[in-house]
Formats: sequence, structure tokens, C-alpha cells
Amino acid sequence: MVMGALLILIGYFLGLYFGSAIAGLIIALLVWAVLSLVAYFQGDSILLSMSGAKKISRDDHPRLYNVVEEMKIASGLEKMPDIYIIDDPALNAFATGRDPNRASVAITSGLLQKLNRDELQGVIGHEISHIKNRDVLLMAMCSILLGTIVLLAWYGSRFLIFGGTGSRRSSSSGGGGGALIIILVVALVFMILAPIMAQLIYFAISRKREYLADASSALYTRYPEGLASALEKLGTSTGQLKSANQATSPMYIVNPFRKKGMQASDLTSTHPPLSKRIRILRAMAGASFNDYDQAYRQVYQGGKGIIPGAGLAAGTVPIATIKLEGEAGELNEIQRARETSDVMWRLSNYNTITCDCGAKLRVPPQFKEPQIKCPHCGRTHPVPRT
Amino acid sequence: MVAVYIIIGVVVVLLIAFLILYNGLVRLRNQVKNAWAQIDVQLKRRHDLIPNLVETVKGYMKYERETLEAVTKARNLALQASSAGAGERAKAEGELSSALSRLLAVVERYPDLKANQNFLALQEELTSTENKISFSRQFYNDSVLRYNNQTQMVPSNIVASMGGFKASEFFEVTAAPEREPVKVSFTQ
Repeated sequence: MVMGALLILIGYFLGLYFGSAIAGLIIALLVWAVLSLVAYFQGDSILLSMSGAKKISRDDHPRLYNVVEEMKIASGLEKMPDIYIIDDPALNAFATGRDPNRASVAITSGLLQKLNRDELQGVIGHEISHIKNRDVLLMAMCSILLGTIVLLAWYGSRFLIFGGTGSRRSSSSGGGGGALIIILVVALVFMILAPIMAQLIYFAISRKREYLADASSALYTRYPEGLASALEKLGTSTGQLKSANQATSPMYIVNPFRKKGMQASDLTSTHPPLSKRIRILRAMAGASFNDYDQAYRQVYQGGKGIIPGAGLAAGTVPIATIKLEGEAGELNEIQRARETSDVMWRLSNYNTITCDCGAKLRVPPQFKEPQIKCPHCGRTHPVPRT
Repeated sequence: MVAVYIIIGVVVVLLIAFLILYNGLVRLRNQVKNAWAQIDVQLKRRHDLIPNLVETVKGYMKYERETLEAVTKARNLALQASSAGAGERAKAEGELSSALSRLLAVVERYPDLKANQNFLALQEELTSTENKISFSRQFYNDSVLRYNNQTQMVPSNIVASMGGFKASEFFEVTAAPEREPVKVSFTQ
């Protein structure tokens, strides 16, 4: 809302230059409307295709599919989101989609093989709650507003500096000149400040939604430790996601641009610092919003809570104590890595043939021979045609 | 004349408030219904998985006939209780869960099972179904809480009693072992 008001004010000052405030407003709103419409209808597919994500079905990766379905049930989402895997060793995940009925979650193959079931559940819970809370739409709108403000302010300040003042003054009669200069100076200051303010507001909103998603994930899974330990694993890696960019970064579970050792508690980050997020999750006495709010206050030493109306939410929600940690036939990291790479090869239409000597042959789709020889032991295998 | 307008205004405001509260109650009631249907789906899924599991495990387990029979019996009882109310149903499903966890505890004595691909896939399905049951129960109970609060709190309780909205039953876990997810620990 604040950013909307800023936008309209910029439009108003631009309008002063063009001679009528209404024209400026219309320009601002037109630009905003076009960008919003594009984001609303195409945002998710643009984001997914930009990141090179591949859609998977239940058979491709039953565990991931099941975990997403579990979180869908826990959150009460009505429709199963689409699931995508991004073939990237960086550790990250994001959610997208303009409304809860048309949503997708994406996870990098690196993260998929790094996390055990509980951790995966925590991460997916975080992403599903972005969908459930409509953060995707909110952040898309905010970032478009931000972009529009920056754009218009930039043009506006150029006009004002290189010509606005001179031409306006000559056309106005003596007495009005002084007042006009004051307006123009105010306008100029505003043009410079507006984008900065808008950016700070944008970052603040983004960080707040991250805390909310963490709290929701803990509530859905009833197990904050799962997400905490996943975030810890995420924190140890500094690999940056190739496909990410500034505009899409609030969608990710951790800021895709963070650098090692960077204390991200400053005002210019889309995500709260990982160490703080982990400490809050670990300080939770129960799994409710209220517990998260109290843990937040504890970590930040007093001050206001982060979850609006947390005190009103159901009082105590116990944390699940019995978890399938390490047992339950959980795959270890090496097994998960194999599993994930199998999925990635299959998604690129490679045939995988397991030879009797233990070697795995990956047959590319352009390989047309009917048979293939194992380079290890020399056995021949028929190549299945798809 | 002014008094008439005021009365009309008050009536309109009351009417709008009534409509909003009524629709809110309907939405919550539907959410409870949907949540219940979701539990239903997951319980049914578990009922469907069990014959498969018993079939796969049978070949490996020579000495566990009793345990296997207990699971099959508990499943049939749970199937019969499907049409009963939430309380009775929770009890039958609780017993099925404990029978299932006993079976899965003895599975550990049969290392051959660990290598069975079919069994591993089944195990993932079972783990996930157990999770889904507890998550759908969680969501159901949250929805019931919200709905019941709405039917009992002023002013929506007036609308609730006029519209015939009755409080719903929680899906409580009665048998103690059901509170924990089945420990599926057959691979190391």
C-alpha cells in the first residue's frame, strides 16, 4: 500500500512536468498495470523456465512427491502443487504461482540429496506456506511496484534536472515562479528518496514473510528442528544459484546471493540472517505461532513480535517427539545422491542400464544403436526404445 | 423521517453482519467436511496398502503368523468401523496402527527383506501414509477447533443457533501407541 502511494505521488510529480497531474498518474498506472498483468499470468512459468526447472511426477521421485503431499495436507491446500527439480548443485528451493490453486514448488538437486526426510519436510513446509499465505503474489506485486517506482523516479529526476526547471520558469509569470521552484525542489528530493524508501520497505516485507513462513513450517510439521537443521545445512554452503536474479530472490528459502561471512542483518536483505532463523526455531517451546513469536522475542531481546495476532492463535501445540531420524530405512547421503542423479538423467531422456558388473550405463537419447557394450566388462545390453 | 432512515440503516447493517457471519460459518463447516474427507482418503489408502504389505512380507516371515493375522484382523475391524463416528473410528484405527507397528518391529529380524525393492517402495508409501494420516488429523482438529469456536463465541453463536450449525467432534487418538508414527526400521 505504501509503495502504491509512493508510485502515485511520483506519477503526480511527473504529471506536474507534463502539464497535468492526471496524465502523470495515468502513465504511472499504465506502466504498473502492464507489468502486473505480465507477472500475474506469466510470472510462474517465466521463473520456472528461467531457472531450467524440470517437472517431475510421483514415479520420478516418490519421496519428494510424498513429502510435498504431506505438507499440502497439513496446510489444508486444496490442490497439489506441481513439483520441479532444478539441476544445480547449489542448495536452494522456491515456491511460485499466483494463487494457491496454481502453484509450484521447486528444489535444486543439490538440496534434494543433502536433506533427510525431516529436513526436506521442513523446507517443503516453508515453501508450501509461502503458497498458502499468498506470499508469491504479494512479493511479485511488491517487486513490480518497486521496479516501477525506480523506473519512474529515474526518468523523473532526469527531466527535472535537465530542462524541467528552465522551461517551466520561463512560461510562468513572476509571482508563481518562487513557489514553483520550491515544488520542483521538493519533487526532486522526493524522486531521489522514493526508490530508496521503496526498496527498504520491500526488503522489510520480504523478511517478515520469511519469518512467517518459518513459523508456518514449524506449525505444519510440528517439528521445528527439521527446518532448523535444514537451514544449518544450507548455511554451510555458499554456492550461488546460477539461475537466480535480484527480482526472484525473495521466493527462495535462503537468499541466493548471500556470501560467506556476510552478516545479513542489515536493512538491505530479502532474507533474515540464517543464524537468527535457526536460533528462533530451536528456541521454540511448542510448535504454534505463539511459540514462534516468543522465541523471536527471546532471540531479539524484547521488542515487538513478528507474527501478527500470534497471541490469539491456539495456545499450545506440542512438538512431535518421535521422529524417523536415521532409521525408517532412510537413505544416507550417498544413496540420496545416486537416487537424485538417476532422476536427473531420466528427466533428460537418458536411458539408465545397470550392468551385471555393477556399472550404470547412461545412454543419451541421440544414441541410435540397438545394443550397447559395457565399457567395464564388455557385456552387451539391448537399448530400450522409448 | 430521520428516525426511519436510522432504523433502516441499522437493519441493513445487521443484515450484512448476519450474512458475513453466516457465510463464515458455512466456509468453516465445509473446511471441516473437507478435512474429514482427507482423513478418510488416507485411512483408506492405508487399508489398501496392508494386504500388499502382508503379501510381500509373508514369504519372508515363517514364524510370525500370529502377528500377520493380528494386522489383517485389525484392518478388517477398521474397515467395518469406516462408517462409524469419529470417536469409534479413531479407536479402531488406533488398534490397527499398533498391530502394524508390532509387525514392522519384527520385520527387523529378516535381513532379506531389506534387499527387496518392492518392500522398500512399500515402506516409503507406508511411512508417508502414516504421516499423511497424522497431518490430515492435525488439520481436521485445527478446523474443528476454529469452527467450534465460531459456533460458541458471541456474536456468531447467535447466527449459528439460528442456522443450525452444530459443534463437530474431534478426532482424538485413544490408543496410546497410535500417537507415534509407526517405526519402520527394517534397514539398519
